[in-house]
Amino acid sequence: MAEERRQKQCSVSLPTESMKAMAESVGVGQLQEESCAALSEEVSYRIKEIAQDALKFMRHGKRRKLTTNDIDNALKLKNVEPLYGFQSQEFIPFRFASGGGRELYFYEEKEVDLSDIINTPLPRVPLDVSLKAHWLSIEGVQPSIPENPPPAPKEQQKVESTEPLKVVKPGQEEEGTIQGKSQGATPADGKGKDKGLIRLKPRSTHELSVEQQLYYKEITEACVGSCEAKRAEALQSIATDPGLYQMLPRFSTFISEGVRVNVVQNNLALLIYLMRMVKALMDNPTLYLEKYLHELIPAVVTCIVSKQLCLRPDVDNHWALRDFAARLMAQSCKTFSTTTNNIQSRITKTFTKSWLDDKTQWTTRYGCIAGLAELGPDVIKTLILPRLTVEGARIKAVMEGPVVSNIDKIGADHVQSLLLKHCASVIAKIRPQPDNMEQYRTDYGYLGPMLCSHVMKARTQAALQAQQVNRTTLTITQPRPTLTVSQSGLSGSAGSRTPSIIKVPSSLTLMTPRPGTPSQPSPPATKYIVMATSAGASSTQQVFQDFHSVLHSSHPQGSLSLIGVTLNSMNLHLQPHRSLALFPAPLQPCSLW
Amino acid sequence: MAAVQGGLADTNEEKDIKTEPSSDGFGNNNANDGRVLSTSPGSSASAGINKSATGAPEDQQTLLAVLQFLRKNKLTESVEILRREAGLPEDSPELKGSDSSGAGSGGAAGSGDKEGGDASSLLSRVTISSSANLATTVTSSVTAAGEDQPDVNVVLSAYNQQGDPPLYQVYYSGLKKFIESVLDCHRAELSQLFYPLFVHMYLELVYNNHESEAKAFFEKFSGDQECYYEDDLRVLSSLSKREHMRGNETLMDFRTSKFVLRISRDSYQLLKRHLQERQNNQIWNIIQEHLYIDIFDGMPRSKGQIDAMSGSLAGEGKREANKAKVYYGLLKEPEIELPLDDEDEEAENEEGKPKKKKPKKDSMGSKSKKQDPNAPSQTRIPLPELKDSDKLDKIMYMKEATKRIRLGPDNLPSICFYSFLNAYQGLTAVDFTDDSSLIAGGFADSTVRVWSVTPKKLRKVKSAADLNLIDKESDDVLERIMDEKTASESKILYGHSGPVYGISFSPDRNYLLSSSEDGTVRLWSLQTFTCLVGYKGHNYPVWDTHFSPHGYYFVSGGHDRVARLWATDHYQPLRMFSGHLADVTCTRFHPNSNYVATGSSDRTIRLWDVLNGNCVRIFTGHKGPIHALAFSPNGKFLASGATDGRVLLWDIGHGLMIGELKGHTDTIYSLRFSRDGEILASGSMDNTVRLWDAMKAFDDLETDDFTAATGHVHLQDNSQELLLGTYMSKSTPVIHLHFTRRNLLLATGAYNP
Repeated sequence: MAEERRQKQCSVSLPTESMKAMAESVGVGQLQEESCAALSEEVSYRIKEIAQDALKFMRHGKRRKLTTNDIDNALKLKNVEPLYGFQSQEFIPFRFASGGGRELYFYEEKEVDLSDIINTPLPRVPLDVSLKAHWLSIEGVQPSIPENPPPAPKEQQKVESTEPLKVVKPGQEEEGTIQGKSQGATPADGKGKDKGLIRLKPRSTHELSVEQQLYYKEITEACVGSCEAKRAEALQSIATDPGLYQMLPRFSTFISEGVRVNVVQNNLALLIYLMRMVKALMDNPTLYLEKYLHELIPAVVTCIVSKQLCLRPDVDNHWALRDFAARLMAQSCKTFSTTTNNIQSRITKTFTKSWLDDKTQWTTRYGCIAGLAELGPDVIKTLILPRLTVEGARIKAVMEGPVVSNIDKIGADHVQSLLLKHCASVIAKIRPQPDNMEQYRTDYGYLGPMLCSHVMKARTQAALQAQQVNRTTLTITQPRPTLTVSQSGLSGSAGSRTPSIIKVPSSLTLMTPRPGTPSQPSPPATKYIVMATSAGASSTQQVFQDFHSVLHSSHPQGSLSLIGVTLNSMNLHLQPHRSLALFPAPLQPCSLW
Repeated sequence: MAAVQGGLADTNEEKDIKTEPSSDGFGNNNANDGRVLSTSPGSSASAGINKSATGAPEDQQTLLAVLQFLRKNKLTESVEILRREAGLPEDSPELKGSDSSGAGSGGAAGSGDKEGGDASSLLSRVTISSSANLATTVTSSVTAAGEDQPDVNVVLSAYNQQGDPPLYQVYYSGLKKFIESVLDCHRAELSQLFYPLFVHMYLELVYNNHESEAKAFFEKFSGDQECYYEDDLRVLSSLSKREHMRGNETLMDFRTSKFVLRISRDSYQLLKRHLQERQNNQIWNIIQEHLYIDIFDGMPRSKGQIDAMSGSLAGEGKREANKAKVYYGLLKEPEIELPLDDEDEEAENEEGKPKKKKPKKDSMGSKSKKQDPNAPSQTRIPLPELKDSDKLDKIMYMKEATKRIRLGPDNLPSICFYSFLNAYQGLTAVDFTDDSSLIAGGFADSTVRVWSVTPKKLRKVKSAADLNLIDKESDDVLERIMDEKTASESKILYGHSGPVYGISFSPDRNYLLSSSEDGTVRLWSLQTFTCLVGYKGHNYPVWDTHFSPHGYYFVSGGHDRVARLWATDHYQPLRMFSGHLADVTCTRFHPNSNYVATGSSDRTIRLWDVLNGNCVRIFTGHKGPIHALAFSPNGKFLASGATDGRVLLWDIGHGLMIGELKGHTDTIYSLRFSRDGEILASGSMDNTVRLWDAMKAFDDLETDDFTAATGHVHLQDNSQELLLGTYMSKSTPVIHLHFTRRNLLLATGAYNP
């Protein structure tokens, strides 16, 4: 392999066409083929030489990334005037053009209106270099504080959870299956995982230090307590702190037990809090959650499909909880589903089965549909759309038939609006333009006409969004010429909102890379629930979702990474302010010498 | 022949020479042969034989080729003349014999030798395709100037070169076959030849403008080379034209300096015999001219032993190079009268005085009583006299030393990490003062920043006008001269015009040195926070600088491949240490200030004597540019870290490699021994700090006489046992380490979000 690479190194040189193009750019018209060849060899050699020198500067600059400054310095070594104007920290925005059988990469130099620059407000002054001390190790032991990397990186957690499985294979089989069954809810799920866990238990140490026990107590109390500010802080800690993996089994048990108890007691508020904990755990990048899915997934599914989640089903907004839990479910399907555990297909089966059952209550029905719908447009297309007629008939029976009970009516109403909301966007995408009421009625039955109007609304909204998208991208990407290219492409395709660019299905809005973090510390989920409980569900949801989809579609990859960068740097600045009160105060380094 | 030997000479010049009749041309050439061959060490006895055995066949081949050509063109007269000419001046029976045999067998030179046959047939092919004018020159010169022997010879040698290129592959693969077929014990040793031969043959092809052959040669054999030469091969691969060589200093070095190989006598004899049998002159010439073969008696070395030492740009260090005596002992600590009373007072003030008194006296006594036999004399190089403030500092140091934690495998140091935030990848160098009160950082934006890490803030001295106002007689005059208004936690020093790559505090904390891309080293005052001197001498980036532990002197090294020794009060260097074949990447003073160690991109470490500027040690073994050096506190050992992620330990007295610490996965930028030398800490680009058991590494050492004499090291692969701890930082490459006087480890790096 090395040989191959070397051979490549040997032969790489600039194509002669480039020489021609460059010659033309400086006014030399007809360049002989031989001169081109000679030039290209010479130029290739010189470029390689400069690159090698530039590497030296990179090494001495103690960096891994070669920068334009390194190239400049290498040129200076050779007594060549450095290139001016290529100052870029991240990348050089080369553009590509082809035509007349030629391919060109060029650096677009825009004409800049000086008055524009003068009039634009100055950017924030970058923060000055500062020093911060922390303990990397105390007498040979690395303390698990946020300044240090997580004590057990995800990979290691994974290894720990999978390795011993092979070692302790025989025995304990029965125990594992019993445990799996006793979990209820999703009997098919997590069997393999259960085994792993059961066998692991005797091997892994579950001792928590006093600080960890204190932390656990504080966090769980705050999460289910009454103080919203404290809860936000605790959830933030769960979502970001790196050293939680030892407490993960406790948290997972806490949640699953909590759900079990509170479902029986119909304590809606607590269930919501617990779901938010699940969300926070899933947001924490350092945790290897796979080991605990068998506890978390049943809990989440319970919150989606349980017949009753609150004391007064006619007044309380348990629908919001179902929606939220459904989103969590979809998120975990997306992150954890593999070919071996098949979470998504198993979940889908569970939902469809209970949905198809005629005796299923409206609340469960709602949960099933929500759960399926959150899994994405494809699931909606294959599983929900074909059943619209049947479901419509059922809703019609409740709405127009003899009044059975108020609860049923509310349920049917919610199911209807849910179906309309989710199906409209999908139909808008797959159905050709003219929306005919009658056509819809024949296709989708009772729900047809309403669907039709929703689809039309969705279409106009999409168009509107496209304009918005245009505007937002313009403001964001103005300083970066490359993005304007992708922007023009986007405005063309924005009518149909192509999620493929973003790689996040538009319906799964909660899976965004925490868009609200820098400006608003409280996670968006919080906001959503508060709004939903206070106002009519569907309208606020709509707004919420729109906000997100705008956010999504306005950032193609380039600017997403840009956002990522700012997010990161923001995190960095936020860190010092983060409350470390839960950890024992680190020793003051200065005092030691 | 001559042209091949004087590989650097221009072919065109050769052709010009041929027209000038010089009577002794032929004989002279052979004399050259003899001289060159006799320079080979250990073969002087057989020089004469070599001369006839290797010099003659070369001529023979070319002669035969020409004869063949002439015959083919039916120039029988010329054939006759040439044969006569060839026979006459040499008057050696061998040549005649071979001549006749060549005539008889129709060009199948070296009868029975397959390669020889190949060679001549290839030669004849080239001859046919070669331009007609060459043929005419040959014939005309031969026919017209019948007596003009040198002409013929020169033409032939030029011709010889023309015909050679395709043969290079044959030669090389022939040698490869041979080496692969020899006994295992010799194979490893002889394999060392591959790389230098490969490079020289390639360069020769490139030099003689055989571009396509060079490329083919490279492609065919570059894969066989050891992986640690990959960087050099990359440089080589981009070099395919003769013009390129002119500017490429590294490769010019390769051609002009000799690649050093250490081979046992047995293996060498084997090789020589083979090359003589095969009459493989091309390779023999390269070996004679460009390689220095250091022959030793005894067992051939194993592959592992060879690999441990190889990897540098110019082969291993010669054995003689490491024979000079190095006074690695520490200088006697100056007697300080005051401290004892002082300390006692202090100790009495604190509690637990009986405990503390004893170790203090010990530490004092041990240093002052014994004069280390390996130490240089106190006045070997003139050192600055101690000032009162220095003495005070020494007292402080001793006090601190008594509170020092004894480290060991069971007692690891705590590590405090100083992260530079918002440095935006711009942090390039860091240094701590010895008492750990100040941190200085060099940045890519040309600034130098100094922080105080103690509550004591940094203050400037008052302006001259204000200084006039203060009472110079008062006791706290040193306090009064400081300007309270300027107190701050950090100060920025502006002056450089390029990234600052090296930084070093003076031991008395009054000065700071910084070296930069702009080619200067600057001396800053930490009293006024201004630049005092800009030392200009390096015209290229200065990669590193380091203050002598006794102050006054400092050393700098840079891209110009020279390390310079300066004194702070001289604007010109006192010594220039030149010898490295590539950039000097790091510099370090020996604890006794008598020696300077430099690490280089040529993958060697050199130790220089400050007194006379001689290179007293060459350490080879690293496989990448060296970026970190550290002397052990007792001055006996040196640790080095490189881009290959390995730490190597060296015994300075014996000039031996004594340990290899594997574990890091990226460039090591910092190395530091604990104050008592028990622990070695290494910081790397891979975001880790690792602690190694230095005591064990040095104790396990067996330095028997044989090892010392031959320099053959047996390295145990015990890195894992020696590794005491690995501490990962959060995406922060560790670029500097420092042990406080109490053995707390400080690490620094810039956080890269």
